[in-house]
Amino acid sequence: MDDGAMATTASLAGAAPAAPAPRAEAGRIKMMARDVRVFYGQTEALHGIDIDVLANEVLALIGPSGCGKSTFLRCLNRMNDTIEGARVTGTITLDGEDIHDPKLDVVQLRARVGMVFQKPNPFPKSIFDNVAYGPRLHGLAADRTELAAIVQTSLERAGLWDEVKDRMNQPGTGLSGGQQQRLCIARALAVNPEVVLMDEPCSALDPIATARIEELIDELRESYTIVIVTHSMQQAARVSQKTAFFHMGNLIEYGDTEQIFTSPRETRTHDYITGRFG
Amino acid sequence: MTDSVANPPAPRFASVHTSPEARARLRRRYAAERRFRIYGIVAIALALGVLGVLFFTLVSQGYSAFVQTEIALDVHLDPETIDPEGTRDPARLQRVRYNRLVEAALREAAGGVAEGQERALAALVSTGAQFIVRDYVLANPDRIGETVRIRVPASSNADQAYKGFISRDVPENQRRISDAQFAMLDRLEEAGRLATGFNTILFTNADSRQPELAGLWGAVKGSFYTLLVCLVLSFPIGIGAAIYLEEFARKGRLTDLIEVNINNLAAVPSIIFGLLGLAVFIQLFGLPRSAPLVGGIVLALMTLPTIIIATRASLKSVPPSIREAAVGLGASKLQAIFHHILPLAFPGVLTGTIIGMAQALGETAPLLMIGMNAFITEAPDGLVDGATALPAQIYIWADSPERGFVERTSAGILVLLVFLICMNGLAIYLRKRFEKRW
Ligand SMILES: Nc1ncnc2c1ncn2[C@@H]1O[C@H](COP(=O)(O)OP(=O)(O)OP(=O)(O)O)[C@@H](O)[C@H]1O
Ligand SMILES: [Mg+2]
Repeated sequence: MDDGAMATTASLAGAAPAAPAPRAEAGRIKMMARDVRVFYGQTEALHGIDIDVLANEVLALIGPSGCGKSTFLRCLNRMNDTIEGARVTGTITLDGEDIHDPKLDVVQLRARVGMVFQKPNPFPKSIFDNVAYGPRLHGLAADRTELAAIVQTSLERAGLWDEVKDRMNQPGTGLSGGQQQRLCIARALAVNPEVVLMDEPCSALDPIATARIEELIDELRESYTIVIVTHSMQQAARVSQKTAFFHMGNLIEYGDTEQIFTSPRETRTHDYITGRFG
Repeated sequence: MTDSVANPPAPRFASVHTSPEARARLRRRYAAERRFRIYGIVAIALALGVLGVLFFTLVSQGYSAFVQTEIALDVHLDPETIDPEGTRDPARLQRVRYNRLVEAALREAAGGVAEGQERALAALVSTGAQFIVRDYVLANPDRIGETVRIRVPASSNADQAYKGFISRDVPENQRRISDAQFAMLDRLEEAGRLATGFNTILFTNADSRQPELAGLWGAVKGSFYTLLVCLVLSFPIGIGAAIYLEEFARKGRLTDLIEVNINNLAAVPSIIFGLLGLAVFIQLFGLPRSAPLVGGIVLALMTLPTIIIATRASLKSVPPSIREAAVGLGASKLQAIFHHILPLAFPGVLTGTIIGMAQALGETAPLLMIGMNAFITEAPDGLVDGATALPAQIYIWADSPERGFVERTSAGILVLLVFLICMNGLAIYLRKRFEKRW
């Protein structure tokens, strides 16, 4: 991280009194959210969230259903813009730049901050075209062989290659639910984003595929930053370095995964991770 | 078991789903379903029955228009009459009055004619016969001097008489073929000169005052040009407007107002559009009357709401997750629309467009307002030539009392229906073709 980003971060942190990030981590901040509120029409779904996403780390978002995890995730690549009547206030930065800055191109932002959605949503096109769409869009491949290589590595990383390598021309919608989910992961990876947002990527997967994805997340961490929403406490504990616990649109607790799972400061966090509610 | 069930108290352990009340409910449910099925079958049978009656009437009245009585004449191409100087100059050959040759050949075919009956005999052959002979001579100038057999159409009255639509039992002064003419027809028949053949004139000629020379070609061409203009205007404008309204326009008062007005436009009586075309395009902009260009513009105005509504509906029916997937990968709004949403919506768009076109093809009232019901004997060769359209042609013919036009009216309707069925079939085919399986 360069000095400029640090300076911006510092000044922003100064402006927001409840900054949770310890000074030592400030230099590694990839994305930062301050006082993020989301309104769906008149109802406020998120009530002022402050979170830092550190570079080369996995941040897990946990919390009961309907608490706003997906909503927050969608703020990070401005997917809420596409929802009629949704409004986001507050500041979110990527490498120190405000992502709501009119100078910043939202299309480019979404290429840098990729997303895997909660429900698998492959295009009704061939498996190859599904994965190749992003690279084609952004001109990432010079020719057909290069494109095929990108498609193959992306599918391999998502652990789908062996299952589909003989049926690349069949529609992606013809795959099973779990395969579709991995196809969507491969599709997101093919764009080569800096941050990957994953909304319950393993909800439709069996334990083996889940383990494969968790391995992938661990691998990806070396070069990418990852935010993952999960309902599995074990998964959060296994893959993440930081955990944020949401409840009814509030960020209840945010900290090292280790600390959250062993000695949570809030009783609500404790109750949730021990399965007493949610 | 049944005995005990008929008389409660019901045993406590019985499930609520097997109690007598539940069984009665089940029976009622099945009865309701059966009743609904019967209503449906009755409705469909009724619709099919009415359609059958319509088709039966049309076919029984119109089938005879597809055949035409022809008279085979041995025409002596007399050089004295045709080309006394022997120059074979086409401009001269063009101007010769060939009806004298036709009448001579007809006299010969009928085995002579009584004094004072020449006109009656000549009335048996179509006035178009001379042009058929002329075209033959122009095409084969080397045959001048020979006697050649040429088949010419009978006049409409003779045609109707030969097809059996004029009864000899009716008093002579109430029918269009006199006793003497019947006798001539009989002689021609005996001589083997009368025959019926497929009526090509119906498909190659434009309108005419003579029923036997009137055809649909002018109207078909007019309809084609009109629909072409209509499609070229309404397809891109309609889709563009629908995409803008559905995907880009901020939802608010203004878009609501526009939406209401588009829906209203779809319900405006078509004659109003005709008046608009007359007042604006013809009187204000000075576009020619009776032209397919104006007809097409007016029909495009009528088709636009249909296309816009159909396109918006099919854009709306594309699952939002597809849009999210594309946008989430860094596609711009326009890219998401053109790469994913529009292709998925396309079957619906096509269906809407073709149904709009089919409506436009059958539309008559606005065409009457802009003069596309004019009597035009030449098929149009462009967008600004005077033209009629199929429904307008049917309207013109339906107004004429001659039996020849009556059967042509039904034939015209049948042709129009065939076009409509083809267009709807195309819509179904294209929808099946482009439909993506999920
Ligand atoms: N498009 C929308 N319009 C209106 N309200 C919405 C919309 N999306 C989400 N909400 C509301 O915002 C709140 C948070 O929803 P969100 O989808 O973020 O929950 P979540 O934490 O992801 O839940 P889950 O674990 O079930 O996916 C919920 O109360 C939900 O009803
Ligand atoms: Mg969610």
